[in-house]
Amino acid sequence: MKEYQTITEISGPLVFVETDEPIGYDEIVDIETPSGEIRRGQVLEAASGYVAIQVFEGTDGIDQDSSVRFLGETMKMPVTEELLGRVLDGSGDPIDGGPDIVPEERHDIVGAAINPTAREYPEEFIQTGVSAIDGMNTLVRGQKLPIFSASGLPHNELALQIARQATVPEEASDEEGDDEESEFAVVFGAMGITAEEANEFMDDFERTGALERSVVFMNLADDPAVERTVTPRMVLTTAEYLAFEKDYHVLVILTDMTNYCEALREIGAAREEVPGRRGYPGYMYTDLAQIYERAGRIDGREGSVTQIPILTMPGDDETHPIPDLTGYITEGQIYVDRALNSQDVSPPINVLPSLSRLMDDGIGEGLTREDHADVSDQLYAAYAEGQDLRDLVNIVGREALSESDNRYLDFADRFETELIDQGGHTDREIDETLDIAWELLSMLPETELNRIDEELIEEYYVGGAESEPVEAAAD
Amino acid sequence: MSQATQEQTVDDDGVIDSVSGPVVTATDLGARMNDVVYVGEEGLMGEVIEIEGNVTTIQVYEETSDVAPGEPVENTGEPLTVDLGPGMLDTIYDGVQRPLDVLESQMGAFLDRGVDAPGIDLEKTWTFTPAVEEGDEVSAGDVVGTVDETVSIEHKVLVPPGYEGGTVESIEEGEFTVEETVTTLSSGEEIKMRQEWPVREARPTVEKQTPTKPLVSGQRILDGLFPLAKGGTAAIPGPFGSGKTVTQQSLAKFADADIVVYVGCGERGNEMTEVIDDFPELPDPQSGNPLMARTCLIANTSNMPVAARESCVYTGITIAEYYRDMGYDVALMADSTSRWAEAMREISSRLEEMPGEEGYPAYLAARLSEFYERAGYFVNANGTEGSISVIGAVSPPGGDFSEPVTQNTLRIVKTFWALDSDLAERRHFPAINWDESYSLYRNQLDPWFEAEIDADWSETRQWAIDTLDEEGELQEIVQLVGKDALPDDQRLTLEVARYLREAWLQQNAFHDVDRYCPPEKTFQILTAIKAFNDEAFAALEAGVPVDEITTIDAAPRLNRIATTPDDEAEAFVADLTDEIESQLQEQY
Ligand SMILES: Nc1ncnc2c1ncn2[C@@H]1O[C@H](COP(=O)(O)OP(=O)(O)OP(=O)(O)O)[C@@H](O)[C@H]1O
Ligand SMILES: [Mg+2]
Repeated sequence: MKEYQTITEISGPLVFVETDEPIGYDEIVDIETPSGEIRRGQVLEAASGYVAIQVFEGTDGIDQDSSVRFLGETMKMPVTEELLGRVLDGSGDPIDGGPDIVPEERHDIVGAAINPTAREYPEEFIQTGVSAIDGMNTLVRGQKLPIFSASGLPHNELALQIARQATVPEEASDEEGDDEESEFAVVFGAMGITAEEANEFMDDFERTGALERSVVFMNLADDPAVERTVTPRMVLTTAEYLAFEKDYHVLVILTDMTNYCEALREIGAAREEVPGRRGYPGYMYTDLAQIYERAGRIDGREGSVTQIPILTMPGDDETHPIPDLTGYITEGQIYVDRALNSQDVSPPINVLPSLSRLMDDGIGEGLTREDHADVSDQLYAAYAEGQDLRDLVNIVGREALSESDNRYLDFADRFETELIDQGGHTDREIDETLDIAWELLSMLPETELNRIDEELIEEYYVGGAESEPVEAAAD
Repeated sequence: MSQATQEQTVDDDGVIDSVSGPVVTATDLGARMNDVVYVGEEGLMGEVIEIEGNVTTIQVYEETSDVAPGEPVENTGEPLTVDLGPGMLDTIYDGVQRPLDVLESQMGAFLDRGVDAPGIDLEKTWTFTPAVEEGDEVSAGDVVGTVDETVSIEHKVLVPPGYEGGTVESIEEGEFTVEETVTTLSSGEEIKMRQEWPVREARPTVEKQTPTKPLVSGQRILDGLFPLAKGGTAAIPGPFGSGKTVTQQSLAKFADADIVVYVGCGERGNEMTEVIDDFPELPDPQSGNPLMARTCLIANTSNMPVAARESCVYTGITIAEYYRDMGYDVALMADSTSRWAEAMREISSRLEEMPGEEGYPAYLAARLSEFYERAGYFVNANGTEGSISVIGAVSPPGGDFSEPVTQNTLRIVKTFWALDSDLAERRHFPAINWDESYSLYRNQLDPWFEAEIDADWSETRQWAIDTLDEEGELQEIVQLVGKDALPDDQRLTLEVARYLREAWLQQNAFHDVDRYCPPEKTFQILTAIKAFNDEAFAALEAGVPVDEITTIDAAPRLNRIATTPDDEAEAFVADLTDEIESQLQEQY
């Protein structure tokens, strides 16, 4: 082990050390303060003669007399199935008073990229029991589907509802032909959330017994910000181990990615880097991709990593670099909406800007139901039309609108109250979701359902012939 | 870059001085700009990007964790090249042309580092059929023989550019590996099936011509309103989730190119997996053979090393040029050019270069135009004509087209397909905004469409454009007063325009029939809507109220033409127009 007492500069989260031996890029460092405290760090730049170190737990208390030990390896996460049921801090050390973790293996936390030829395309429907998701933004195993929210909105409740209710219905998993169903696990990573929010999660995990099959990483608001840059990597290293070596279907929840990005910005500023958009590092896209791309399935392996990262959009602005770069990487997004929330719609999901890009291959005959894709398309088109008319109705009033326009307005209202507003504890089967959708679509004349195959209209349209009394007789 | 060149290592090795992410500096390295070097104990592949005195800066194509100062750097003395020869089709490469399936067999599901593999299989033998005889004169670019590379593509073995040429001294039919000599010339030059070419340099041609043939895409809004030429350039910018990738993939599947080079540049792993899964199953609409037989994929996903992302577009276009030299029409899709620009920005900022607009290097515009300049309709050295069409996706931050990558791209490309989040939200796909988009090839391609599809092609299209324009203006009024306040003729125009949008412009990429629409059918749908328009206005003239005209039950069936199988569409349209006519005429 190489040990130095040659700190030349301390600046924000960074420490510069003179060295006379080669130190590897990304190598892990322990810094011992004069008071005997140990701080963990990582080499950000390795030059001959000096290195720059990023200190995870903050640099306060470090002075030029502190000693710096280079551990000769990059950062590792000790992994074992025994992690299930445990609560760890943001750097992976237990904080639940339980026994020490005896690792089975130690994995590099910077995961290697999955070779695209080795991936298996995700197409196994996960039923979340939430109509707005199952019906119109379907989640599949191995997908990365973030929740775009903002401060003060119930995104945590939604994430918990999904974690509680998520199942893979019989038919969908039979298709795959795997006899022994793999087990389900949750790996939860908190980054900079408040203790109160953390309790909300922990209480729910404990109450529902989910904790036993969960691994929890907690970096709270008052924990060091720089530590947040390693937390998601610890989380995903654990998730990959459970999924690809122990056959679990792992659901990863990361909250709040906004705090993670703030930490990145802080380090960038300390290094005096040329900032990118709105002060965030120019490499933030690549950095986030290295997190989000660690979701998926691998050919020939049982398990899967499904990610639901949560982020709060600063100023409710979806063009802010954090949601923007995330949206460019993930496979869709679910928007939690302030207006719907204030109308007490629960969960307040705005489906229009929401999207699941992996939906098309995960739904349809034999997977969910034959009419699923068409129904979803038609719901989008009709709800968008109703939304447009709401703007108009504010100006001209309902009376000035045609009968057809009024139908779309009614549709939009009932769509929100009957399909979306199901409540935080209602778990709906996909059939139920689609049946409600047909109830709503049947408010519109059959001829307007131009996104839906004619045979499907015949089969599912509620009311059939009597809804069109005029036509035939008139002539 | 291949192992085959590794032997030439010269004795100009250096020592690592510093490591910061993908950027490494070395001292005492005798190297030229753009030389490929092997970095560190593990021999990670890199490229020289700056030389200042004794210090050489290298961008490394692999992860650099644990690499330390003091480790060696070895120079190959060669620029970054690709291997060209049979075996590139039906293959997927990373950004520096390492075949991903070979890497998987060597290191498993996760991409490790320090592994190299030749771009084309050096052991495999191919049946070489001579195209010239002993005694024939050949020069650079000439075809000396052919190889059946895939069921779709006959690979032409060319005299490499830069060869002096001469009389053929020996040539023989038979089984050869790509490294064996298949032809010797009087000049002493030997021709093998494999050649190399530096990726950052365009391969030579005789001349560039004005494109006059469309790259028929099978997408109604593109062929119908904003056509791309064979040899043309197009940009498709749009916010996330607006349909760039779906459109690029539809083009890769259905465009009538001979060869498709699909470059996934800094995007999602699953999207590449989807292509790898789908293309071998899907038939090429032209030949009926599996699509993969005409396709070369390059995948440098967002989590793969950023320096290799910078080079992947060059690897792609060089491969495209090589097939162009054989006389093929090649289409190259790059998804997304913004990720490439960001890779430049990232490297540039690590070099502490003076940043230009939004942190991008000052040479951004130059790099973009150099790249798109490699597209075109060409006359090759061997007298054949070949083309490269380039379609670049652009991912503007916040969906704002005023940013540097979009703006600099628009200055170069001639076709602009603007994606619109508003259309995408209401699931109007492809979400291409018909007001903002344009194609500067439209006029030069009209003669082709009029000769091959219908003499009324451009006239009918103009009618559609006018109707959509009028709708746009009327919509502004509707937003203030409601539809019912408009006079009857304007309400009818809105109804016709709605059919144009829903029955013609919209196209579902996931519907088995609708995903590909031959230009004949594109025209049929349009004429059916036009027929409805003409009959409806005649009825209106005759005093029929607009509410009765728009509620005839034949009209909504216009929306069903798109999903009617291509060979039934003509009859369906004929029946439908008859029915519309009779239902409308019944009313007066
Ligand atoms: N022609 C189409 N037909 C049907 N659906 C489409 C079509 N085009 C786009 N979509 C829908 O839009 C979604 C997003 O499209 P796509 O993945 O191409 O977006 P993108 O612009 O490439 O986004 P990003 O920049 O994030 O990569 C698709 O998953 C699909 O659901
Ligand atoms: Mg895309």
